[in-house]
Amino acid sequence: MGAEFVQFSLTPMLIGVLAAIACALPGNFLILRRQALIGDAISHVVLPGIVVAFLVTGTVATMPMLIGAGGAALVAVVLIEAIRRLGRIEPGAAMGVVFTALFAGGVLLLEQSDTSRVHLDVDHALMGNLETLIWLRASGWASVIDPVALAHLPPELPRIAIVAALMAALTVIFWRPLKLATFDEGFARAIGLPVSAIGLALVIAAAVAAVAAFDAVGSIIVIAMFICPPATARLMTDRLATQVWLSLAVAAVSAILGYVLAGYGPIWLGFDSSVSAAGMIATISGVMLAIACLWGRARGRVTPVA
Amino acid sequence: MPERLRLAADDGAMLSDHADVARAALSVRGMTVSYGEKPALFSVDATFPVGAMSAIIGPNGAGKSTFLKAALGLVPMVSGEVQFFGQSLAQARARIAYVPQRASVDWDFPTTVIDVVLMGRYRSLGLLRRIGRAEMALAQEALARVGMEGFANRQIGQLSGGQQQRVFLARALAQQADLYLLDEPFAGVDAATERAIIAVLKDLNAAGKSVIAVHHDLSTVVDYFDHVFMVNVRAMAQGPVASAFTTTALSQTYGGRLGAGQLDQLHPAGS
Amino acid sequence: MAGFLDAVLLQAGYNAALVTIGATLLGIAAGTSGTFLFLRKRALVSDAMAHATLPGIALAFLVMVGFGGDGRNLAGLLLGAGASALIGLYLVDWIVRHTRLAEDAAIGAVLSVFFGFGVVLLTVIQSLDRGRQAGLEDFLLGATAGMLMQDAVLIAVGGALVVALIVILRRPMTLVAFDPGHAAALGLPVGRIDLAMMGLVLAITVIGLTLVGLILIIALLIIPPVTARFWTDRVARMLLIAGCVGGAAGYLGAALSATAPDLPTGPIIVLIAAGLFTLSLFFAPRRGVLAAVLARRRFQARVHWRQGLLSLARAEPIHDPLTLRILRAAGAIRPDGVATDKGRALAAKSLRDERRWDIARAIHQDTALTGRYDGLTPIEEVFTADQIADFDARIGAPQPVGAA
Repeated sequence: MGAEFVQFSLTPMLIGVLAAIACALPGNFLILRRQALIGDAISHVVLPGIVVAFLVTGTVATMPMLIGAGGAALVAVVLIEAIRRLGRIEPGAAMGVVFTALFAGGVLLLEQSDTSRVHLDVDHALMGNLETLIWLRASGWASVIDPVALAHLPPELPRIAIVAALMAALTVIFWRPLKLATFDEGFARAIGLPVSAIGLALVIAAAVAAVAAFDAVGSIIVIAMFICPPATARLMTDRLATQVWLSLAVAAVSAILGYVLAGYGPIWLGFDSSVSAAGMIATISGVMLAIACLWGRARGRVTPVA
Repeated sequence: MPERLRLAADDGAMLSDHADVARAALSVRGMTVSYGEKPALFSVDATFPVGAMSAIIGPNGAGKSTFLKAALGLVPMVSGEVQFFGQSLAQARARIAYVPQRASVDWDFPTTVIDVVLMGRYRSLGLLRRIGRAEMALAQEALARVGMEGFANRQIGQLSGGQQQRVFLARALAQQADLYLLDEPFAGVDAATERAIIAVLKDLNAAGKSVIAVHHDLSTVVDYFDHVFMVNVRAMAQGPVASAFTTTALSQTYGGRLGAGQLDQLHPAGS
Repeated sequence: MAGFLDAVLLQAGYNAALVTIGATLLGIAAGTSGTFLFLRKRALVSDAMAHATLPGIALAFLVMVGFGGDGRNLAGLLLGAGASALIGLYLVDWIVRHTRLAEDAAIGAVLSVFFGFGVVLLTVIQSLDRGRQAGLEDFLLGATAGMLMQDAVLIAVGGALVVALIVILRRPMTLVAFDPGHAAALGLPVGRIDLAMMGLVLAITVIGLTLVGLILIIALLIIPPVTARFWTDRVARMLLIAGCVGGAAGYLGAALSATAPDLPTGPIIVLIAAGLFTLSLFFAPRRGVLAAVLARRRFQARVHWRQGLLSLARAEPIHDPLTLRILRAAGAIRPDGVATDKGRALAAKSLRDERRWDIARAIHQDTALTGRYDGLTPIEEVFTADQIADFDARIGAPQPVGAA
């Protein structure tokens, strides 16, 4: 755990953990509201978002890409809601229509725009580039308090840290409305809570988390972290607060373990190169969910006991 | 004069009489609600007096629950006005407690009995204020009133149907309201729970609170309630149970769904 | 344009023609079997299946390379894809049955984890055969451009087989999709028919991988049935329309994409389907947005009109602005709110109808008749003229109203 760790592993790990946490927090409520696949839909529309941003601005700079991705996520959310209401279509099908159509549009635009630089970004959007988010300026643990070195942190780190903190703050502040509107919509409306606005705000928050996380770690982790850690925690407890805390732990463990296994696992097995960290993190989160499915304390549906 | 109007007039609360609106716990005028092309409720006028134990009765699909939901703004109205204690819903919200149908929520939700009861305090607690000793005591007392004090930390999914209904009632008690709106509080509950719930409601009523319950068991209307509103898409009859709960009104409301023998067993007023 | 015409008429080369035929058949098959999924409310299960093919493709590649092959045999890769999609499908069902997690969470978990694991395997393959392009990424988005003829034949034959199976199985599957309980009561093996349906979806997913890629094959299974839903309430007709939508999208999309190198097949097919969906969403009769908005406004006007007339008849004050506007527009009241002669006559008629209903409900205990007392149904629609005359006889002579 020396200088090399700080230089090459600390920042990607931190970014992975923070991205996982930022997604897992809204994921807890999405799962309880049977909207888990919103994360899936949002992740798919990130591609058209960045392509449009590129076509409009002509650059592959981060900010336009993030704005494009966020805009696409919003458009998708609004379209899904509109189709569900106007067309009286069940939410799953409405989601399927919207994200596939937008994704198809994104791919078509991409082919038409004929740019190899954006093409690179498709892989990036999917798999992220966690492995490259290193901190070359760091020379050891001392750098953590060295302002000069800190100034050269990968910009993804502060970005995802802010978004993770935002998600945590939103979860704390809106805990009661979120919980009540999720558990008992009728009662929540009757005491005057703006239930529809709460639902929309949750999805928008999820979109913000997804966009910030995809930039750093790719959309595979985003989908996996929206669903797997909260689902794992859901199978281990009957208390919402405990579930949220557990989901954060599962998210963090998946990120760290996945990153380490992706980087060192193949070497331990005698291969000379690493595998995709994003893919490995998603895989580990799936393994943890599988364990909870088989042995979780609260895995079954609750039945009345006299 | 058609019987429907005469019944309303007997009550001394002619539907168009605005002076009574302020005295009513809930008054509704011209409420029309539809799911699609067919009205679920058409131009319903209804008045529920302050301090009464009122029942909303009618056959299945008559719009009983829809009436409560529309009054509370949970489903949109095509037309109509609603007033609680002479005020708008928004103004009167703090004075209204609502007990939804038990089946309307996911009982697998990760939460405990006391947590659900405390939800009745969310309106006064706001977003971040900590749950103090007073709030906790209030919730515990509400649980005790429905006979569930031993279940505070139980996961809600582990409760029987009757216990779930009592928890919902406890949450409404914790709201400390003046008007209690209950949607089918006795549906699918055991006899002990039904007795416990009606005792709590009668206590509330004795303390001057108003109660309005969607009810489907005609045989208990006379025992439980003192005011009745009969609906089948249209408002059919309303008034004190003693005068309005008549065989004629029942057969009008239920059409052919009640046999003459059934009607006789109900001991309604005037029979 | 000439190129497009050539392609539409299957004159743009042997491969292109095969691909177009395959895409059309695949579209028809996906549209119809997607309808079964949609009716069973399992549309997004296809999402999990499609993403779950990736690790299977990668593993099949590794296995074929391990046995000394070149790893790019399409049939072998598709076999692997089918196997891992099957495992993914089984896991979704297992999670829903044995844990408290809902289907959406199960789908999301399976799709993200399988896909993540697939990406891990892809990086393994990249590191194994450095320098050579395995081309497995093509399965993400599909690619027909440089397709070998044997692959085109596989698509066309596969598409034909799936359509044939659907034609054979359509009756039992329709029954199960429409009402599983009823189908079971008829003695149909619902479980096995469901399995057959998922098998078809699996086959379509696997064949579709080559053409439109694993992300967009979902669209072919979801968009046509949702589109068809706008046009009909009947299952048989919905299957037909969904098949047509899917087939048209596949045919036009494949033909269009054959005309230019920068028009990728998958996205074009999906966008054509999405275009048909959008048209249906807005303009379908009855269920379309436009029709629904108009119907809603008509209904609202009818409600206010009736309520307004009854208020006039009872000489109650009218406050609702919409009611006043409708009455005024129909000439039932003057601009100052006083009823016109016409308004008084109409009001008298509606009050009389109310009284007729009161009598009718007292006489007729038949709920099928009196249940239509909803304020809007004209009494003439429910009772015969003779019956109404009978009611009138009991009410007595008409009385003037609105004079109070």
